[in-house]
Amino acid sequence: MKIKKWLGFILLSAFPLSLEAKPIQVAVAANFSKTMQSLVTEFEKNYDYQIALSFGSSGKFYAQIKQGAPYELFFSADQAKPEVLQQEGLVVAGSRFTYAIGRLVVWTVRPDFANKIEIKLKDGVFNKLAIANPKLAPYGAATLQVLSHLGLFDDTQARWVRGENIAQTYQFVHSGNADLGFVALSQLLGRKNMIEGFYWLVPDNMHQPIKQDVVLLKRAAQSQGAITFLDFIHTEKAQTIIAEYGYITLNGGQE
Amino acid sequence: MVVKTGSLKVIQARFQLSYAKQAKAHFNLDLDIEIPGQGVTAIFGASGSGKTSLLRCIAGLEKSTSGCLSVNGELWQDTSVFVPTHKRSLGYVFQEASLFEHLTAMGNLRYAIKRNNQTAKPELLEQVISVMGIESILSQYPQQLSGGERQRVAIARSLLSQPKLLLMDEPLASLDNTRKHEILPYLERLRSSFNIPILYVSHAVDEIVRLADHAVIMQQGKVIAQGGVTELFSRTDLPLGVSNEVGAILDCKVVEKDEQWHLMRVAFEGGELWLPNVENKQNTTQRVRVLASDVSLTLSAHSDSSILNVLSGEIVDIINDQNPAMTLVRLKVGSSYLLARLTHKSLQKLGLVTGQNIWIQIKSAAIVR
Amino acid sequence: MSLSDADIATILLTLRLATTVTILLLIMATPLAWWLARTQSWFKGPISAIVALPLVLPPTVLGFYLLLAMGPNGAIGQFTQALGLGTLPFTFWGLVVASMVYSLPFVVQPIQNAIEAIGNRPIEAAATLGAGPIDRFFTVVLPLAKPGFMTATILGFAHTVGEFGIVLMIGGSIPSETRVVSVQIYDHVEALEYAQAHVLSGVMIGFSFLVLLALYTFQRKRKAVGMTYGR
Repeated sequence: MKIKKWLGFILLSAFPLSLEAKPIQVAVAANFSKTMQSLVTEFEKNYDYQIALSFGSSGKFYAQIKQGAPYELFFSADQAKPEVLQQEGLVVAGSRFTYAIGRLVVWTVRPDFANKIEIKLKDGVFNKLAIANPKLAPYGAATLQVLSHLGLFDDTQARWVRGENIAQTYQFVHSGNADLGFVALSQLLGRKNMIEGFYWLVPDNMHQPIKQDVVLLKRAAQSQGAITFLDFIHTEKAQTIIAEYGYITLNGGQE
Repeated sequence: MVVKTGSLKVIQARFQLSYAKQAKAHFNLDLDIEIPGQGVTAIFGASGSGKTSLLRCIAGLEKSTSGCLSVNGELWQDTSVFVPTHKRSLGYVFQEASLFEHLTAMGNLRYAIKRNNQTAKPELLEQVISVMGIESILSQYPQQLSGGERQRVAIARSLLSQPKLLLMDEPLASLDNTRKHEILPYLERLRSSFNIPILYVSHAVDEIVRLADHAVIMQQGKVIAQGGVTELFSRTDLPLGVSNEVGAILDCKVVEKDEQWHLMRVAFEGGELWLPNVENKQNTTQRVRVLASDVSLTLSAHSDSSILNVLSGEIVDIINDQNPAMTLVRLKVGSSYLLARLTHKSLQKLGLVTGQNIWIQIKSAAIVR
Repeated sequence: MSLSDADIATILLTLRLATTVTILLLIMATPLAWWLARTQSWFKGPISAIVALPLVLPPTVLGFYLLLAMGPNGAIGQFTQALGLGTLPFTFWGLVVASMVYSLPFVVQPIQNAIEAIGNRPIEAAATLGAGPIDRFFTVVLPLAKPGFMTATILGFAHTVGEFGIVLMIGGSIPSETRVVSVQIYDHVEALEYAQAHVLSGVMIGFSFLVLLALYTFQRKRKAVGMTYGR
């Protein structure tokens, strides 16, 4: 008797919304997680939809989507993976657009480097230079372009330490193991408290823009919620939030 | 460095040891004894009486809280001295054989020889192997040997370090009866072939009467009696095991052999007995065990009885047996003692009292050595 | 599809790392396992727990704390700097230290179990035969605990080869220094270079299979021999 009651309770709580609308499943590149949380809070205030967020590396999401993962929207950290998905016919035609463009900064936690970061970098006065793996992370690829532009590629190469993603690169600098590191501006602004350490904003003419694309996946072509959320990202309100976190936006401009 | 002190040919041991074996039972060992530095001394007592602890203290495997030990003039332990086990010249035979499983029987023997710092006579190895009868199993690994064979190899191994003292901790206890009887003769040969003092821990009376000259009786960590085996085992005041195993021991000399009836006449201090003849060329002395249950008492000498051995003696003590129907009567025959186990009813019917002279009928006596 | 030079470099580095870690761990874990197997001390519980802790923490988390500890402001980092060695992250020896922490329980526990299984008796028997403590260790404990050492060696080696999270955290993916096979496979997967990932994974699985097969064949042989010995 009692067991039946409990069983019922467990079953109900396991599928609480089975009769209502399911939450929208959204895969988000890790670097955009803070920003996305703010966006969802704003969205859910105004719309009667719920959003379930998954954060991770874009490479893993790509593999999972190809194997039938139930995501409706995919906010990638780059343009390459959404493009491949598009070529493979897994994306609703015309849905892909650039939702944010990342800004690269050279960051340090050493107080004696304050306001001298560019000089220290150029003079090579540092122990290690943390970069995101250029093969995997768009920020890493951009970093190499900046180093080439500055003529520092060969001189610094021996001192590169590669994070598998931009979050790990952040940890290398934050833990004091690397004096300097190329990280995302959004990582510094995304923190509620004051910015730790010091940074030099890399002029964006030194590298290709770090474009991050989103796609509506084919399995969600009919998902009203997913389409509504995608439209919301285009709104000025959403674009303002994205900009506050240190990204450049295209103001909804489709490529 | 071994310091010479104390008297020769004697083992002086004083140990105090206290530890919690399990959380609840505290164990205390507290003794001060002198043991003959030659022959076989049995350490007898119920399990938990501290026999093994005493042996381990002597070997230095257990550190007593305070202790003093000298063996035939060598000081092994004192307030300021503690000779570690591997520097004590001793052999130790454990209850289970404890051979090194990764070495063959011969490898085990060599292990001891290599670490024997006295220059061993080359014939020692041969002698030990032949006394223990292990020639044919030397190339085998311990797992391939029977329990009895393993124990014989272990004894041989302990002899090869040429110990000044051999400690044996119930070496037969882990063997079944057949194996036990298979190995006892080897222990007798060991006693007669090597002039090493042996401390032999056991709770089996039959082993002790067969092997030991001297005995130390322990109870709850203390020594309650010690002395010659014949003397101790005819006492009624000691906890000497289950009552139907109680019996007296007599050391006898063969005085006559009767070939016609296959009998022999043996004499002990105070009397004579007729026993079945045993073919025994070298030994003229025999140790005889007379169980108390094989002894009955009569008020007059009967010539119409089938019983061959009838002695006259005096009742020196009557005590209650563990069994409420029975009593144990201690009898003096010359300067030796015998025990008889009777019912209370018989005791009252015959009106037996201490000091009374009485005829003693012995139904059977076993030659134990 | 064959292996690239970069892939081969990661394989060689991985083998060098696993070999170094295994040898150092055996040297370090043996006295520790010996102590744990034989002590009656109150400290046995806490020390056993600490040894087993790497089993509990996710490797990336463990790696994160090692990154902090070995960094210029961490306790280990302060120590290595005081010794004039600099800091350990992003170096081969940093990976060695981290892998040793990570693989410690896999090496300590089999050896500890083997020594516990031997018990006191053979060691005491050796003492009564005149063998001193060091003699006893090399002539009795080591040979009798051999299966435990075999298992510890294989597990320590295999576990280091397969380790990923910690290396990811403190390695910095420097070619021929800290970029090991597991990281290289991860990079291939993340970069959607699935073909290279398959080849490298195949090599790693094949290698590991052979190593483990050798171990189990060896163990089965021992058992079979033991059975014919038994009565």
